[in-house]
Amino acid sequence: MQANPHKWVAGHVSTLPKSGIRDFFELVAKMKGDEVISLGVGEPDFTTPWHIREHAIYALEKGKTYYTSNLGMPELRKGISSYVSANFGIDYRYDDQVIVTVGVSEALDLAFRAFVNPGDKVMYHQPCYVSYHPSIQLAHGEAIAVPTYAKDNFALTAEALEAAWQPGAKILMLNLPCNPTGGTCSKEQLDKIAKFTCDKDLLVLSDEIYSELTFEGVHTSIASLPGMAERTIFLHGFSKAFAMTGWRIGYACGPAVLIDAMMKVHQYAMMCASIIAQEGALEALRNGADAVAKMREQYHRRRDLVVRRFNEIGLGCHSPRGSFYAFPRVSDVGMNAKAFSVGLLQQEKVAVVPGTAFGPGGTGHMRACFATSYEKLIDACDRMERFVERSRS
Amino acid sequence: MLKLLLEGGRLTTAQMAQVAGIAEAEVVQYLEQLKKDKIFLGWRPVLDLSREAAAEAAVEAIIEVRVTPEREGGFNRLAERISRFDEVHTCMLVSGGYDLLVIVRGKSLQKVAAFVSEKLSTFEGILSTATHFLLRCYKDQGFMLESEESTSSRLNVAP
Ligand SMILES: Cc1ncc(COP(=O)(O)O)c(C=O)c1O
Repeated sequence: MQANPHKWVAGHVSTLPKSGIRDFFELVAKMKGDEVISLGVGEPDFTTPWHIREHAIYALEKGKTYYTSNLGMPELRKGISSYVSANFGIDYRYDDQVIVTVGVSEALDLAFRAFVNPGDKVMYHQPCYVSYHPSIQLAHGEAIAVPTYAKDNFALTAEALEAAWQPGAKILMLNLPCNPTGGTCSKEQLDKIAKFTCDKDLLVLSDEIYSELTFEGVHTSIASLPGMAERTIFLHGFSKAFAMTGWRIGYACGPAVLIDAMMKVHQYAMMCASIIAQEGALEALRNGADAVAKMREQYHRRRDLVVRRFNEIGLGCHSPRGSFYAFPRVSDVGMNAKAFSVGLLQQEKVAVVPGTAFGPGGTGHMRACFATSYEKLIDACDRMERFVERSRS
Repeated sequence: MLKLLLEGGRLTTAQMAQVAGIAEAEVVQYLEQLKKDKIFLGWRPVLDLSREAAAEAAVEAIIEVRVTPEREGGFNRLAERISRFDEVHTCMLVSGGYDLLVIVRGKSLQKVAAFVSEKLSTFEGILSTATHFLLRCYKDQGFMLESEESTSSRLNVAP
């Protein structure tokens, strides 16, 4: 009998759409050889601070090549517990309320698999990180998108949550500051959102991976609000703040029962995060604060530069309070997201990501990552200006 | 603006103006003020001359100098006299086993050696010198020389 490999792919996987970013990646890859300035990345341009790399090399030399405890090295969990307490004001016991994962990516997957029954409803705000919707789908959950709007600087509002809520909703997925919009919430809005989750008895998954990259005011975690720690899984990692994307290391903190459920999935699926990455993470927590502050300062100046330039060019752009993404409106110059991104790439060799890759809420926008040198940002903005002027005439 | 200067980038005044969000004239004016206040003393390129075959041969020596401080003025008078020589690139007072750390540059080993033996060590008040010729420089003023590191492995588009 002739093999038909298609029929072996599980139904819910074959119907899973490919990431819009992936399409665009292929397009950029075809431009090889040309001088493309990329604002399309989702990671720092800084290499991991040397002291972290050096510590990991030392760990390798010392023969740290074994599996660690499923939850992660106790030293690292202690470090995470004090870091989260000092920076977010939430206290977690290192021995049963912290789990070290292979990036926030794995932590998200564990959470969805551990908490979602088939058909359970998961609310998430949108435009959002590309993985949320498919991850919910992979866990056989039903995703409910809650829109955020440019007029609110893409801050999530309790009103929008109320409006989108459906009976049976179980989980609220939050990402503040948000990829791709840089949106954050005021303390007042966050209080209202917290109240909403209590009223509706929701479990909150809070992805705070960009929290160190908050430029104005202080970042408040929803888990630090009264009564919220017991209904929140706090997800965080080292990728963005410490410039450690390739290490693949993150963590989740929360009520012991929930961490234990995530741990069950983790121990069978992953066993543990790489010991070398765990060593690097430990050094990052111990001695990385200065490097984080320095990088944040640079992102801050770069943000001010691109936001000002985008607005000058005629692409309406709010100033993102956190993250390293600007999310300007390309519809202001009469183009849709795809046409703008493709045209800009082909005519001026600047790569940005069409807003639609982050859900229908990103229509008419593009995401530009400003984790790139001043020179390149200036050049990219000049090219963009030329492109916009040409397309207008 | 000071921070931008200290970040050691290669920004032109026009680019600095862009980053700071002010007019280029303002940047120039600010730099002028820094010069007036003797904070900003000048531009100097950081060159990796090992890469430039045509570059003039240059020899650099790091010299530890022990001196007798003077009754009035301590180390200053002597340090300033030494500093005035064109051959002297850097001169600083340090704590530890010697007093002045002097960096001397010359076209050849002989020239530098001659400067040390005929000029420097003959000064009244100088007790001894120890000369270390520089063999290879790995990091200069914050710049790694001949470092392979790059971010070129970063993908062009990522979530
Ligand atoms: C919002 C958000 N969450 C999670 C991740 C994944 O992070 P990690 O590298 O820790 O898996 C990203 C990476 O782009 C992100 O933007």
